[in-house]
Amino acid sequence: MQQLTEIVEQALAVIEQASDLKALDDIRVDYLGKKGKITDMMKMMGQLSAEEKPAFGQAVNQAKQAVQQKLSDRIEGLKASELEAKLAAEQIDVTLPGRTIDNGGLHPVTRTIDRIETFFGELGFTVKDGPEIEDDFHNFDALNISEHHPARADHDTFYFNPKVMLRTQTSGVQIRTMEHEQPPLRIISPGRVYRNDYDQTHTPMFHQVEGLMVAENVNFAELKGILHDFLRNFFEEDLQVRFRPSYFPFTEPSAEVDVMGKNGKWLEVLGCGMVHPNVLRSVGIDPEKYSGFAFGMGVERLTMLRYGVNDLRAFFENDLRFLKQFK
Amino acid sequence: MKFSESWLREWVNPTVSRDELSHQITMAGLEVDGVEPVAADFSGVIVGEVVECGQHPDADKLRVTKINVGEAELIDIVCGAPNCRLGLKVAVAMVGAVLPGDFKIKKAKLRGQPSFGMLCSYSELGIDIESDGIIELPVDAPIGQSVREYLDLDDAVIDVDLTANRADCLGMAGLAREVGVLNRQAVVEPTWQAVEASIDAPIAINVDAKAACPRYLGRVVKNININAETPLWMQEKLRRSGIRSIDPIVDITNFVLIEFGQPMHAFDLNTLNGGINVRLADGVEKLTLLDGNEITVPSDTLVIADDKQAIALAGVFGGEATGVSDTTKDILLECAFFAPLAIMGKSRCLGLHTDASHRFERGVDPQLQHKVMDRATRLVLDICGGEAGQVIEALASEHLPQPVSILLRRSKLDKTLGHVISDADVVEILTCLGFSVAAANNDWTVTTATYRFDMAIEEDLIEEVARIYGYDNIPNTAPQAALKMSDHKESNIPLKRVRNMLVARGFQEAITYSFVDPKMQALVHPEQETMILPNPISTEMSSMRLSMFTGLLTAVGYNQSRQQGRVRLFETGLRFVPDANADAGVRQQAMIGAVISGVQNDEHWSMESKTVDFFDLKGDLEAIIGLTVAASEFSFKAATHPALHPGQCAEILRNNRVIGHIGAIHPSLEKPFGLNGKTIVFELELDALLHASLPLAQAVSKFPANRRDIAVVVDDQVSAIDVINLIRKVGENQLVGLNLFDVYLGKGVEPGKKSLAIALTLQDTTRTLEEKDITATMDAVISALKTEFNASLRD
Repeated sequence: MQQLTEIVEQALAVIEQASDLKALDDIRVDYLGKKGKITDMMKMMGQLSAEEKPAFGQAVNQAKQAVQQKLSDRIEGLKASELEAKLAAEQIDVTLPGRTIDNGGLHPVTRTIDRIETFFGELGFTVKDGPEIEDDFHNFDALNISEHHPARADHDTFYFNPKVMLRTQTSGVQIRTMEHEQPPLRIISPGRVYRNDYDQTHTPMFHQVEGLMVAENVNFAELKGILHDFLRNFFEEDLQVRFRPSYFPFTEPSAEVDVMGKNGKWLEVLGCGMVHPNVLRSVGIDPEKYSGFAFGMGVERLTMLRYGVNDLRAFFENDLRFLKQFK
Repeated sequence: MKFSESWLREWVNPTVSRDELSHQITMAGLEVDGVEPVAADFSGVIVGEVVECGQHPDADKLRVTKINVGEAELIDIVCGAPNCRLGLKVAVAMVGAVLPGDFKIKKAKLRGQPSFGMLCSYSELGIDIESDGIIELPVDAPIGQSVREYLDLDDAVIDVDLTANRADCLGMAGLAREVGVLNRQAVVEPTWQAVEASIDAPIAINVDAKAACPRYLGRVVKNININAETPLWMQEKLRRSGIRSIDPIVDITNFVLIEFGQPMHAFDLNTLNGGINVRLADGVEKLTLLDGNEITVPSDTLVIADDKQAIALAGVFGGEATGVSDTTKDILLECAFFAPLAIMGKSRCLGLHTDASHRFERGVDPQLQHKVMDRATRLVLDICGGEAGQVIEALASEHLPQPVSILLRRSKLDKTLGHVISDADVVEILTCLGFSVAAANNDWTVTTATYRFDMAIEEDLIEEVARIYGYDNIPNTAPQAALKMSDHKESNIPLKRVRNMLVARGFQEAITYSFVDPKMQALVHPEQETMILPNPISTEMSSMRLSMFTGLLTAVGYNQSRQQGRVRLFETGLRFVPDANADAGVRQQAMIGAVISGVQNDEHWSMESKTVDFFDLKGDLEAIIGLTVAASEFSFKAATHPALHPGQCAEILRNNRVIGHIGAIHPSLEKPFGLNGKTIVFELELDALLHASLPLAQAVSKFPANRRDIAVVVDDQVSAIDVINLIRKVGENQLVGLNLFDVYLGKGVEPGKKSLAIALTLQDTTRTLEEKDITATMDAVISALKTEFNASLRD
């Protein structure tokens, strides 16, 4: 028994000193293997008396277990520190930039149009588009702008010939819609329009969004209401808005809408009005039964106000340093 | 239109400030564009008279003066102005005066002579009048009065941007009427002593074009002094209306133009051959206008002619030969009503736009001519002297516009505005506007005024009521509508999805002009017809685009010359292809185009950075095509395009129809567009792209899949897609995956051949494939490849 205790103590000591898994395995063989020192002790059983056997056997088993336990603990400990070493070696600089494709971005004009489409889309306005090279009927006549109307001169139209031109407004889309669909109608038409003017505040091409609602009881107070809501949403602030009487051949009453700028000055952002009965008649809608409102806005102007763009021309230079600011 | 606030207040003077007044006008629909003071701030300047004026003993250009400013003592002032002379009434800045720019007047000595003030010029007082020397005030200017007061320099010029319908406000009379209505205040017209004819001076007036000229008044005034000075008050009123003083007769006609909005003309009577004829031009006659330009008068244009020839463009421009000159003694004054339709478009057609045509084409009050003729004659007699003859009138009253009678229904008013305005307000507003109103059964019959050419229908009256009532006093309400769901098609791919996908793949959206430089476009689309703008902003912006390419390539060049090496842009929009069969002779087609250039990705510590090539952009395009859930409908076929590299260009097809192109830009285009290195583009028709198939779900196989790789050696000319399609065809349903994962040319492969490494994934939905099944399929594939492409397997 004395001998067994010594063997165990010895085993525990060498296990403690072992520095790798290989050494531990050798130790296991040395003590617990077929010819191991503790296994050998078991073989001594034969020499013992029947009374001695049970106690001795129990002692050897306990010795085996103690050594086994120690071995397992030690193996686990070594594995843990090996893993720790491995992890330490695998450390990276997490602040390095990842592998990515940089997002591009939508053009700010598109971004504004998308927002406007969302606002009005939620109210059941559908988006319509149409040709940009227009005939004089859809660009002028149907809008109550007769051939010699002074308003034609105000439009700085790009003509191809007296009958064909680049559209000066997206109103032609409204006409085409009313020609083909019956009220109630709720549409908006975003798109490119063209005027022969190029300076600090004008580009020969720009974007408009026009809206039209025609139904049995559409009125001016509702026009005011919807545009107030729109402007409050667009600028996300409760800015001062005023409706100023104006004149468009295709609406009556007509108004221009100004918002109060940060500089304390009124800025015109919209034109609108009740659809002129001649316009409704020109597309076969009875103005006694139906009424409508229409509005139009310059997208670039709104975009400039919203994002602080100072130079209108920047929109069409497509300078990446400008565009990339709109992610 | 510019006008003087003081002048307006002579007509109607509400107790509102300048700011309030301009706000009122703006909110009535006459938008105020600007309010400018007529003079800068200054003080201490009074009227004086030069009572002594001698040469400075030590300076040739200076004069030593004594000025009477109404005080006990005369004031010594040294003055350098050449027009300083004895007896002149002058503007004297006294010691202590502060002139614009905070310039303080102090006692001084000039070359030894004391000077106790300064004689001022207009510019020294911040008044925009050109003159050499000091201000010469009228002889009756009261000595000692403040010059600010005397010249009414606290006045402001208000500039209103009138809309085309408000011709009635193109004169003080109309503006005053409007301000009167807004303040519910009466307007006071100026008065003058009516002119009785003092001589008999008949002149024949014959109007052929009666509808175009329903009323023509002529009056002879003889023995005028054309060299008389236009009184300062008139010069100032004109100046504040933006009109320069010319000579007294022109000034007077301009004055009544601004006062009443009625254009007039004065002929030199002695240059006329016989009487006045108002007729249409014959189409060949020539006329030299007052500005010296000779024109051939178009045949449908209304002219004023004498018995020999056309002498003026009616309502637009006078002629040079019959104009008033500095030797004119006798004049014929013309005051007419020309119908808007007769003038509309004419001046624009001739490139002439005058104050007169501006008013006549919008509408001048047809009841105004007698009054204004009298007003003008009175002013001529007062300023230039002379004797007036009788007024000769040619009148076709049946052609004169009449006041319109319009029914205004209470129900329509309420329905249009969505707000109820009281009866009293409605009647008061319409009455103040000069309309007569008769009420009956909740409706009103309104007779409008002859000066309101914009009043024709009920809506016109509704607008008037709403406008004067104030739009801001109408509430904001939410529109009412039926909740009817609109039709939505899932198979329509929203353009937004395509845009967002490209953005996620690093593309920036561009918007380029729809008109491009024809020279650049000709490089991209040689010999293709385009729509050309006859009057472009510039030649570089004159050709309607035939594709997105020209604009996008220009944008790439623009960015590369600004150190932007890596460019990825896309654009959507219409292209304009001349097509006799399309509306307006042009096919307007929505396209999407994209361009890439530079490196695949910005330099990165852990990524390779290669220059982009064809397959980078093709990958982006294939991603978009993937949105259609119908990739198999699309194919790419080697093709040529004048702008693209002949070996790196493909047609994009959907269901075997060409819908676009993709390719590398032809090297010959790189220099003209300023492109730096390889540039890849694609463009395709949006309509052909944006419809998708609905996903049709298949059961997922429960049985294992088997991968077999083969390396097929074929002729270099064989297209990979043909090989792939053949394998698909042979593999049938068991072939669930096919991936071409390597293309190899070089050592081990015969020259002129290439090796395609392809992974096939085989799987069945009903059973586990056994080795013999797999082998059979692979053998069939290999055998077909051998037959079709003379392919061999690479070991």
